[in-house]
Amino acid sequence: MKEKLVLIGNGMAGMRTVEELLKLAPDAYDITVFGAENYGNYNRILLSPVLANEKTIEDIMLNDDQWYQDNNITLHKGKKVSKIDRVNRLVIAADGTQAKYDRIILGTGSNPFIIPVPGNDLQGVISFRDIHDVNCMVDSAKKHKHAVVIGGGLLGLEAANGLMLQGMHVTVVHIMDTLMERQLDSVAGSMLKKSLEERGLQFLMASHTEAILGDEHVKGVRFKSGLEISADLVVMAVGIRPNTELANQSGIYTERGVVVNDTMQTYDPRIYAIGECVQHRGVTYGLVAPLFEQAKVCANHLAHLGFSRYEGSVTSTKLKVTGIDLFSAGDFIGDDTTEDVIMQDAYRGIYKKIVIKDNKVQGAVLYGDTVDGAWYFQLLREQTDISDIRQYLMFGQAHLGDAGHGGQNAAEAMTNEMEVCGCNGVCKGDIVNAITSKGLFTLDDVRLHTKASNSCGSCTGLVEQLLASTLGGDYSTAPTKKPLCKCTEHSHDDVRAAIKKHHLISIPAAMEYLDWKNQDGCHVCRPALNYYLISAWPGEAKDDYQSRFINERVHANIQKDGTYSVIPRMWGGVTTPTELRAIADVVDKYEIPAMKVTGGQRIDLLGVAKQDLPRVWGDLNKAGMVSGHAYGKSLRTVKTCVGEEWCRFGTQDSTKMGVVLEKLTWGSWMPHKFKMAVSGCPRNCAEATIKDFGVVAVESGWELHVGGNGGVKVRATDLLCKVTTDEEVIEYCGAFTQMYREEAHYLERTAPWIERVGLSAIKQAVVEDEENRKALHARFLESQKYAQKDPWAERVSEDVDKHEFNVLKRIG
Amino acid sequence: MSGWIEVGELEDIPKRGARVVTTPQGDVAVFRTSDDHVFALRDHCPHKGGPLSQGIVHGHKVTCPLHNWKIALDTGEATAPDEGCAATYPTKLEGSKVFLDLNIG
Repeated sequence: MKEKLVLIGNGMAGMRTVEELLKLAPDAYDITVFGAENYGNYNRILLSPVLANEKTIEDIMLNDDQWYQDNNITLHKGKKVSKIDRVNRLVIAADGTQAKYDRIILGTGSNPFIIPVPGNDLQGVISFRDIHDVNCMVDSAKKHKHAVVIGGGLLGLEAANGLMLQGMHVTVVHIMDTLMERQLDSVAGSMLKKSLEERGLQFLMASHTEAILGDEHVKGVRFKSGLEISADLVVMAVGIRPNTELANQSGIYTERGVVVNDTMQTYDPRIYAIGECVQHRGVTYGLVAPLFEQAKVCANHLAHLGFSRYEGSVTSTKLKVTGIDLFSAGDFIGDDTTEDVIMQDAYRGIYKKIVIKDNKVQGAVLYGDTVDGAWYFQLLREQTDISDIRQYLMFGQAHLGDAGHGGQNAAEAMTNEMEVCGCNGVCKGDIVNAITSKGLFTLDDVRLHTKASNSCGSCTGLVEQLLASTLGGDYSTAPTKKPLCKCTEHSHDDVRAAIKKHHLISIPAAMEYLDWKNQDGCHVCRPALNYYLISAWPGEAKDDYQSRFINERVHANIQKDGTYSVIPRMWGGVTTPTELRAIADVVDKYEIPAMKVTGGQRIDLLGVAKQDLPRVWGDLNKAGMVSGHAYGKSLRTVKTCVGEEWCRFGTQDSTKMGVVLEKLTWGSWMPHKFKMAVSGCPRNCAEATIKDFGVVAVESGWELHVGGNGGVKVRATDLLCKVTTDEEVIEYCGAFTQMYREEAHYLERTAPWIERVGLSAIKQAVVEDEENRKALHARFLESQKYAQKDPWAERVSEDVDKHEFNVLKRIG
Repeated sequence: MSGWIEVGELEDIPKRGARVVTTPQGDVAVFRTSDDHVFALRDHCPHKGGPLSQGIVHGHKVTCPLHNWKIALDTGEATAPDEGCAATYPTKLEGSKVFLDLNIG
């Protein structure tokens, strides 16, 4: 007999919980839903665009009746629950409908706050909360002229903007002297006021409403100052109060909201509460992102998994008024322990303020240019040390050495035909359509449905902006702790820590310990786990080839036609006539269709049939060449210039240093591909300053550079330090490489890793802490003992993975 | 028509892996899952023709190595929202022997 789950409140938070639960445990419960409104579940945050005539009610429906049927959910529409009988475990609606329960999700949401003044119950006095209110406003706009919106916060301004677009003459009344004072400081607030005034809204600031005037229908509003204005419609948008009525009546403990613990349970553990009716660790939330985080946790607990906890949310806000860009997050006022970085350009209508404490972002207000809102929000949530980027902070992420896609930002300014994702050919219009028609909320949803940002990821920021501008207000980029993939709730860091701490040495052991959702994982988590295991326990964890991407399984690069490319290693890019002859012979013998010199100073043989690979390698091995690892998440190449031996500008022997470094690091598996270069002088012909680890010779020694990237997103390196001896170059190289191997997330290049953890942290660990540097280097050398085996030779002479290269059977 | 053809031993195919059988109709990928089920698909992803035999096998699915489409091994269908289907072939296990039927299932 299935347990019975009753959801009270057919709103976004509750239904999101049900959807998450169905994903985790589709058959665990008989589900019944009670909703007071006569509609299915709709996207409440998009009511403002409906009022502004930018969307229709149909556009914002999330789950229609058919969906409830398809998922075997009993839906009681238009039935308000009046009682929870906790003794007999019965939910009773006002019309007498009853449902037995084993567990309840309370999602009663919030009520608009109605200010206690005479006349607040007159006809024509409404709030802005549901479809009914929107319909009232639209009707009123057809018949009447004057509207007064009480409340100059987010909701009030969106209502006012919508009413104005419906053709009404609108006055916004606000009790404070700054608009949206909970989201904006006074400067941004007055800029907002000015631009709304230019659109035609009128404002009465610092005005206290004394009475709403009229006999039956509202006629006007009177203020404490004595001023009276006429009004045919009054919208109260001064705030919301958690709806705790039902909880109170049923004897469930409430304060401002229904009090819940970190698994979203009330004082009655059979009863969960979620969304706007909830008070968690003293905080109530009215934005959608925290509600979705709560929904995930609640569903996890309902599904008897119980390993995730809700720890509160940091929220950000954006105003859904088309044409006005505004963003705020965190503590944007600051105090005497914080520092402000401010930029103001009145002519362009731009204002940015970032509040910093101890080199960490505490809050931000952006007006007029909100492109970097998501980035500041990320710095805020992850509490990244910004001391290295402080001087660029104000100019946005595009200025962090990003010459490739810099400035490609104004998502809202793009036309629908403009391409967002160059890899998958997805245009802005496709994404916006998918978000609205399919009801998408997260980056993952958009990736799944449109493929945008699903390949190289360089347009991720742009896609996030499109999400934010389409959904408006309360879109949040991602939860602070991002699960490694859909097979687990644990983050990359959690997984790594567990592998290290509990000495897990196989994928099944790691999956079991970490409660993986399915025993096989997927193509995302298995390669990550395999890397984390072999990097944490070199020589001890067994490399699972079936969990490696094909390129790393057959040690060659798969091409679009299913053939492979082969690149032999040339240490430091140095070769000999013998090697070149051997390569030429191989190409002739196996009729390899194409040869090319690569960007990393190697020779690429393209179009090799899979079954020929071992013989091609065998011939190359005989001439002394080994795998170039051009296919792996591993050390790729060390590019060099000719250096002092030949070059009239050379200051050191860069070629020799390149060879030494390549001999040191080849064969090591990494979180992602890893490229190095050594230049013999600051003219930098080897382009060392766009490599993961770049060495530039100077007269007095060597400069060591890290975190460069020449690919999708060009990023110049950061200078790690300067050293004088060759031995130091080697030790720093090993230490930096090992730190990257131990700390970066799988598939994270050095550039984003350094931006995530901060260069200071790396300097501290590798440069300033000598003992730690030596320990890192020693661990690298230890790990290399197991890694430096030529995978080609193993397959040619030791028959490793023989099955990979032979067909099972030939028929016909 | 021709019926069952023996193609090899179960142990010849790695767990969570695949081997290729060449046929006059083109390559067929024969998969072995972690629970020792055997499936066969035309070795050609419905998206851009990638060799499915080279993909990572997880559960009763394979992820194409070219662009990460996930194909169900039993039906050949791509996982939504992707749309497409790879041809499937009947397989059976008799003891440790794997049999394939080239009449498309």
